[in-house]
Amino acid sequence: MNAHHVPLERIDTHRWRIPRHGGMNVDGLVFASDAMMQTIRGDQSLQQVVNVAHLPGIVGHSIAMPDIHWGYGFPIGGVAAFDARDGVISPGGIGYDINCGVRLLGSGLNRHDVQGRMREVAEGLFRNIPSGVGSRQQAVRLSHADLQGVLKRGAGWAVSQGYGTPRDLEHTEENGCLTGAEPRCVSQRALERGRPQLGSIGSGNHFVEVDYVAEVYDAEVARALGLLKDQLAITIHTGSRGLGYQVCDDSIKAMQRATQQFGIAIPDRQLCCAPLSSPPAREYIGAMYSAANFAFANRQLITYTVRETFAEVLQRSAQDLRIEVIYDVCHNIGKFETHTVDGQARRLCVHRKGATRALAPGHPQLPSVYRDMGQPVLIPGDMGRYSYVLVGTRQGGEETFASSCHGAGRLMSRTQAKKSARGRPIVRELEDQGIYVRSAGRATLMEEIPEAYKDVRDVVDVVHGAGISRKVVQLRPLGVIKG
Amino acid sequence: MADTPDARKIIYQPLDHTGDLGMLVFGGNLRELFAHAAWGLFDLMTDAECVEPRSSRDLTVEAIDLEDLMVRWLGELLYAYDTERFLTVNAAFHTLEPTRLQATLRGETFDAVRHPIDTEIKAVTYHQIAVEHLDAGWRARVIFDI
Repeated sequence: MNAHHVPLERIDTHRWRIPRHGGMNVDGLVFASDAMMQTIRGDQSLQQVVNVAHLPGIVGHSIAMPDIHWGYGFPIGGVAAFDARDGVISPGGIGYDINCGVRLLGSGLNRHDVQGRMREVAEGLFRNIPSGVGSRQQAVRLSHADLQGVLKRGAGWAVSQGYGTPRDLEHTEENGCLTGAEPRCVSQRALERGRPQLGSIGSGNHFVEVDYVAEVYDAEVARALGLLKDQLAITIHTGSRGLGYQVCDDSIKAMQRATQQFGIAIPDRQLCCAPLSSPPAREYIGAMYSAANFAFANRQLITYTVRETFAEVLQRSAQDLRIEVIYDVCHNIGKFETHTVDGQARRLCVHRKGATRALAPGHPQLPSVYRDMGQPVLIPGDMGRYSYVLVGTRQGGEETFASSCHGAGRLMSRTQAKKSARGRPIVRELEDQGIYVRSAGRATLMEEIPEAYKDVRDVVDVVHGAGISRKVVQLRPLGVIKG
Repeated sequence: MADTPDARKIIYQPLDHTGDLGMLVFGGNLRELFAHAAWGLFDLMTDAECVEPRSSRDLTVEAIDLEDLMVRWLGELLYAYDTERFLTVNAAFHTLEPTRLQATLRGETFDAVRHPIDTEIKAVTYHQIAVEHLDAGWRARVIFDI
């Protein structure tokens, strides 16, 4: 199917509707500017929004954020909620990297405190945090019992082992643990793939980045978050590594049969799914929550290493550095949440694939310090430009099942990016801009050149303009480590 | 050796999407198609020309249909690489039916000196999966998660 054939109606400057047609159960709702829609129409992602709307039990709209792009089955940047009683769960709608997410750490440091030291900091982080495809360096050795603890308790396991503080957990989505994880549902294969990888970044677009606050849009909220101008912050972007990929892979295979068995008609095999109450769905949820917990523990362990590395390189105490978790969000996840639909509170299974939860002010799940301002929403950009911190709004709470965008989205394919980067001294180019980059693989750096990505500012301007989240600060990179 | 890639024909073509990667694979018969798919997978990950058939191992895969078999076949090869760093360069099939295959894989353990790392493939997806019989032979489309 060609995306040009997808009927599209403009709602306002930032919103588009795909009216229900064919086998769609609900309308599609796409957030994008005019210019972005030109690009979006060029791939098959709108057709994917349509395909998702075919799934049984979908509620409200099949939603796409402005960073929407072509994915497998579900588009990346997609949000879909299913009724807890008669809806389905689809592993492809959550993605391979289960609980891929972003954690932002604040600090007591100013950018001037690291002036002339960033090379050492970047090298220290690169040395201490395992990264890259072929990395055999292990951050932590896990016994069978340890791994079970990780899967069951997530970041809480890491904190119980001394890798953080209870405060870190309060500042993490779901307190760093999805309750209801069933480690017995995780295959031996997934356990084997994950065991050596806890505490590592992986490759591709995953990273650890040292940033400073470059722009402040909302001084009051920024102050409450501890993000003053020129303050140093650290962004961690990674997920559940091979364990999550394997859980997704196992369940997509299992659900090929389940979809047939339950007589569910789907327009693409990658959309395979099962009724939420069925045994295959329960097995998947038990495993997926375990993988999500692995990812929370992963970001917690990396946090520990970041703290240690700063202390080691700058020769300053932990109390002095005050590296604290500001927030930690999932952007590939499926969870049961209660949202108001047509004036009624309903229990829904919300799928976010390349989308971030963005709770409105006053939500009981927010830590008390953030309750009045809404949930911090962390939106990384490319390694050369900037990232954003936003907060959730009441509008988003009502319209998008409290969801927002998740990043920039690629502009060039990896091959195109490599071609464009060939022969260029990427590391030196970035150093000339004051950004120290260290990477395990040259191919990764070439694929990740800044111009391979869309400008994340355009994405953030749409969610801000549409009122589904609100801009707080812009961060700019000083040092990046990549896989 | 009908199961070994023939350099005179197109074995596979990469499909380069903005966010992701896939391949179109060609084969004169099903065995060749499946062998070429293995070659294509490892050619995307490293340079398949650099992989030598130094050791072998046996593999059985079961599936619900031919497309499912293709996804599972490549998934198994990826798993062998992920857990034991085994790069497959060719395969001899003892059985190849729509729902089952038995094969002997040939290849070697990853060696960072000789094998360039190109792309990390996380998984083989079912997205737009196709295994088709054409007049001139067989063609498959596979999309990877990277």
